[in-house]
Amino acid sequence: MTASLLLTEQTLAAQRPVLFRYALLQLRDSALADDAVQETLLAAWQSAAGFEGKAGLRTWLIGILKHKIADHWRRSAREAVAPDVDRADDGEAEEDDYFISSGHWNGGPKAWADPEAALKQQEFWAIYEVCQNNLPPKMANVFMLRELVGLDADEVCREAELSEANYWVIMHRARLRLRECLEIRWFNNTLQDKRHA
Amino acid sequence: MRSCRNISALVSQGMDKKLSLRERFAVRMHLMMCTRCRNFQSQSRFIRKAARRYVDALQSRLDNKS
Repeated sequence: MTASLLLTEQTLAAQRPVLFRYALLQLRDSALADDAVQETLLAAWQSAAGFEGKAGLRTWLIGILKHKIADHWRRSAREAVAPDVDRADDGEAEEDDYFISSGHWNGGPKAWADPEAALKQQEFWAIYEVCQNNLPPKMANVFMLRELVGLDADEVCREAELSEANYWVIMHRARLRLRECLEIRWFNNTLQDKRHA
Repeated sequence: MRSCRNISALVSQGMDKKLSLRERFAVRMHLMMCTRCRNFQSQSRFIRKAARRYVDALQSRLDNKS
């Protein structure tokens, strides 16, 4: 049982932040998220023999955490509001809206005035949230696993059951969409104010 | 020459993996001439930064609530 020897408390604790962010996005409650992570680490500790080392520690832990989160939704009978991350949506051909047939931008990214300043404004975050929520569910899930939870690209692929090629397409579309949304709703609108500020 | 469609996809990929030497060269050459793709690159980086700030803020907001 060499695998279990590798699972020290420190190696488990090192995964805590990622697990917590994952749980937080699903549960939207830090106390609940903390509980779920705690239970996950405990379960992992107790069943270290179940860890085969093949899939990677984080993937294995997230697998356990997903069960804990699912348990929570079952218990609290709030399944109606559980995020439906498995709903498929292809959005095929939508990327074509962003480019014309020659491959040039259709419109395309304009220069943004002082994006750093936007990060300090509360109104910006409301817009950011709207834009992120506007992504189709599956795309939002992939984007969040990568950029919010902080998984590596190949971990996201395993987690969302995506081929590598699909992953690139989805992440690219997510960036195109978010960019466009932020440009329309924030940067275009605030250009004027910024200049006079 | 590669199109903006193609280059912007490589820019996206470059945020998550190391591109090949050939790809990096193509991207660099293109970006020198193309403002929109350059904007796309800096905006993608900005979005990454914003996403991290967002989750940090979400976390502390929830921490304060509990």
